[in-house]
Amino acid sequence: MSYIKKPVASHPSAQKNALGLTLRDYEGSMSTLCAGCGHDSITASIVRSFWELGTEPHTIAKMSGIGCSSKTPAYFVSGAHGFNSAHGRMAAIASGAAAANRELRLIGVSGDGDSLSIGLGHLCHAIRRNVNMLYIIENNGVYGLTKGQFSASADVGTKSKKGEANVMAPIDPVQLALTLGATFVGRSFSGDKAELVPLIKAGLAHEGFAIIDVISPCVTFNDHEGSTKSYMYTRKHLEALTPIDFVPEASEITAPERASGGLMEVTMHDGSTVRFRSVHEGYDPTNRISAMSYLYERQQKGEVPTGLLYVETGRPQMHTIMNSIDKALATLPFEALNPGSAALEKLQRAYR
Amino acid sequence: MTLSVAESATPAKAAPLLPLSVNDFAFKLANANGTGSASANGLIMQAIFRMGIPVSGKNLFPSNIQGLPTWYEIRVNKDGHTARTIEYSLMVAMNAETYARDVKEVRSGGYIVHDSTWPFPNALRRDDVHYLGVPYAQMCLDNFAGARERTLMKNIVYVGTLAALLDMDMAVVNAMLDEKFSKKPTLRDSNHKAIKLGYDYAKANFECPLPLRLQTMDKNKDSILIDGNTASALGCVYAGATVGVWYPITPSTGLMDAFTAFCEKYRTDAETGKKKYAIIQAEDELAAIGMVLGASWAGARTFTNTSGPGISLMNELLGLAYYAEIPAVVFDVQRVGPSTGMPTRTQQSDVLECAYASHGDTKHIVLFPANPNECFHFAPKAFDLAARFQTPVFVLSDLDIGMNDWVVPKLTWDDTYRPDQGRVLTKEQIEAGGKFMRYSDDDGTGVTSRTLPGVTAKGAFFTRGSGHNSKGVYTEVPDEYQEIMERLTRKHNSAKTAVPAPIVEKRQDATFGIVTMGGCDLAVREAIAILAGKRHQADFMRVRAFPFPDEVEAFLNEHDVNYIVEQNRDGQLTTLLTVETGVSKDRLKKVLFYSGFPLSAAAVANFIMADREAM
Ligand SMILES: Cc1ncc(C[n+]2csc(CCOP(=O)(O)OP(=O)(O)O)c2C)c(N)n1
Ligand code: SF4
Ligand SMILES: [Mg+2]
Repeated sequence: MSYIKKPVASHPSAQKNALGLTLRDYEGSMSTLCAGCGHDSITASIVRSFWELGTEPHTIAKMSGIGCSSKTPAYFVSGAHGFNSAHGRMAAIASGAAAANRELRLIGVSGDGDSLSIGLGHLCHAIRRNVNMLYIIENNGVYGLTKGQFSASADVGTKSKKGEANVMAPIDPVQLALTLGATFVGRSFSGDKAELVPLIKAGLAHEGFAIIDVISPCVTFNDHEGSTKSYMYTRKHLEALTPIDFVPEASEITAPERASGGLMEVTMHDGSTVRFRSVHEGYDPTNRISAMSYLYERQQKGEVPTGLLYVETGRPQMHTIMNSIDKALATLPFEALNPGSAALEKLQRAYR
Repeated sequence: MTLSVAESATPAKAAPLLPLSVNDFAFKLANANGTGSASANGLIMQAIFRMGIPVSGKNLFPSNIQGLPTWYEIRVNKDGHTARTIEYSLMVAMNAETYARDVKEVRSGGYIVHDSTWPFPNALRRDDVHYLGVPYAQMCLDNFAGARERTLMKNIVYVGTLAALLDMDMAVVNAMLDEKFSKKPTLRDSNHKAIKLGYDYAKANFECPLPLRLQTMDKNKDSILIDGNTASALGCVYAGATVGVWYPITPSTGLMDAFTAFCEKYRTDAETGKKKYAIIQAEDELAAIGMVLGASWAGARTFTNTSGPGISLMNELLGLAYYAEIPAVVFDVQRVGPSTGMPTRTQQSDVLECAYASHGDTKHIVLFPANPNECFHFAPKAFDLAARFQTPVFVLSDLDIGMNDWVVPKLTWDDTYRPDQGRVLTKEQIEAGGKFMRYSDDDGTGVTSRTLPGVTAKGAFFTRGSGHNSKGVYTEVPDEYQEIMERLTRKHNSAKTAVPAPIVEKRQDATFGIVTMGGCDLAVREAIAILAGKRHQADFMRVRAFPFPDEVEAFLNEHDVNYIVEQNRDGQLTTLLTVETGVSKDRLKKVLFYSGFPLSAAAVANFIMADREAM
């Protein structure tokens, strides 16, 4: 924990985005995480994503639970309201915020403990409701904040710092999300900004629940030999399945680099476009069943496929399902909500 | 087809006769759950209400969908004493499985109406009551087709019998059936037929009316018949609540059902058909309160409705709401605990749980409505208090208030009402002000300014349940932590003058006080009248909120003995009064009833009388 004030020296890149804001304007307070923690790299990617998108800071709401990962919303976009809530409850609290104000751009940051153990139920139901938000799991296979116990995402055979092997089957957030009908599912690695930034931007542009599982090594408790969530292991087993390119609305479209496999384009709700190419012939991220079985096979071999693994646009989000008005409920004037004394008088004839 | 052999209807010895009582008696109906009896019993209650007579109906039902015994009690009292009473002058015994206990409950000289299609077991006969056998099953078999219709109509036939026996106004009954089935003529006709069958049978075979008589009065002109859950829901609509989140649990479910129905009616945009509200059935109560916090934090008037088990689950986040200072309105429709307890029985046993919900030092505002009328008015009050003090507010009703129909004064609404949003800074205020500090107590009131997300970057702050200082920044510094905790105490205490004051009624020559809360109101008031008749004069106080306004302590100190009447085993209100006022424990005497049934005046009066006389 450090109490050193963040230096106010101007950022090397004083470049401005469409709103005239610099990258610095999307930063938050100084991180108090361990030096080298994967979570800090994700924070940096989030900062860059919002900056590149040119999102107005005050329209963002940053939600989290409890854990090292859940502290990070303090470290980005200080001009946005943040809610560091209770362990495992972020998805529920974010769902409430979404219900009250559909105009907020909700980003939730959680850990594998926060999401896959104590908060698993809320995560599942937020997916079912298709709450309009981006949900990032900073996945390190352990409970960092309580000093390194295995989490539910720990792979079978992965070793703890003391050398004990995990024997219980992991919960894979990607497969889980696919099973529950999630409409945007991605996976990435904290160390791969080039992949993560477009993925986060696409997730923010997605209408409905977007989930990104980001492998984010815990340098203090889970970065040793024998761990399947270490930097080394992850780098070795990463497989960028669908390198993506995020093209914001109204910007000139330039063709992304072509690798093997076909080029695909998905137009997002806000008019932006996500382009990606499948490295593997036949991998179709718009086909849930084939994606699930492909991913399952790769994962059985110990590989970590990354990229935009599944996307489906056009499925109604929570507010569309509820058929709520287009405006934020929180800002409706009282006059629009109160039926008045005459209506009460009339209603009570039925209570005679 | 004949189902039975006729039996002798006259007991060996002549039973005593009840004195004539007009508009002052109680009767009970014993049925099996799931047979459609509830709507028939409601019909009787409503007919009496429309006759202008003070009346109450208590549905004593099992936690079961079909088959288990269920009872309905109706009390009429011309003087307005309509708390539950256990003096039944008549029993409609429609459930052979409970004959034994039902027969026992009727007072000497009373009546037992039963289905004489089958002989009434001799072993269960008492010779001090009158048996009125009506061949209900046989009549339905002869007059209606299909098993379901026969079962349903049996209930309506006994309504007809009672109409004749108790001298109900048939014009009222018939008009109600016409209204109820105005769109279903076939059903309307069979209902009329069933009523008439029962009515005619009674007229032909018994001396009608009995000495128990209903006579039209004029007491209900300005009253309605409504349950507390419906009234609470209506209160939420009028308060301007836009988000309701819940997880189904008896006895609170009706609240969200009613909120849904009212919102569909009043909150659907006329042009687009879109909804100006959001109702979410959460995955559990942890999520329900979580969503309340999220939505409240984002600026919507939001509530959840639940019962004791739900409150237990919500504890952690209630502490977060308290400490991070987020408004939250929670309706707790109490049932019998601990654990699953008796889900369909009533109790007041969540008082302490709500007052101190969550770990750490926490205290919450709690309101205790006594009837559906107060449920309605306490709803906007709860939202106002939650917004003003930025904290959870509980509305503690119970199964009896929530699920039973009550005759209460018509609900009124003041169109000049505007919600108290508390200290929420507008965009202009934020922009015009200095650096925003979420928990800075600028004017010493204990209440600090809040900003909402989505308004302006200058108002942004990081809400957290971890230690924070007045700027809202993380802290582990003892003084900074304590400064916030001290302020929270001051803030809580300052709510004393904003919550509903107690209702106090003094009597000349009173020698002691009787204190109660919530749904005990009617029984306690009646008990005071009974006691006065025995020359025990008592002052009355009904506590309506925690933190306790100063009047509460003053009342307790004015009496050497205060009987605290409540419906739980441990005297939770007594405990709260002891801990949260300076009153000496010696002045408080617990009067506890917690069997799960609504309180009766006799029980209260007898207890206190015995205690007075032993002094
Ligand atoms: C109700 C409750 N139980 C336990 C804890 C203790 N706790 C704090 S963080 C944490 C685990 C965090 O793990 P994860 O979500 O993976 O975050 P990480 O620190 O690894 O980023 C636990 C168990 C708590 N804060 N609240
Ligand atoms: S303990 Fe692990 S997860 Fe937590 S800050 Fe340190 S490296 Fe990151
Ligand atoms: Mg973790």
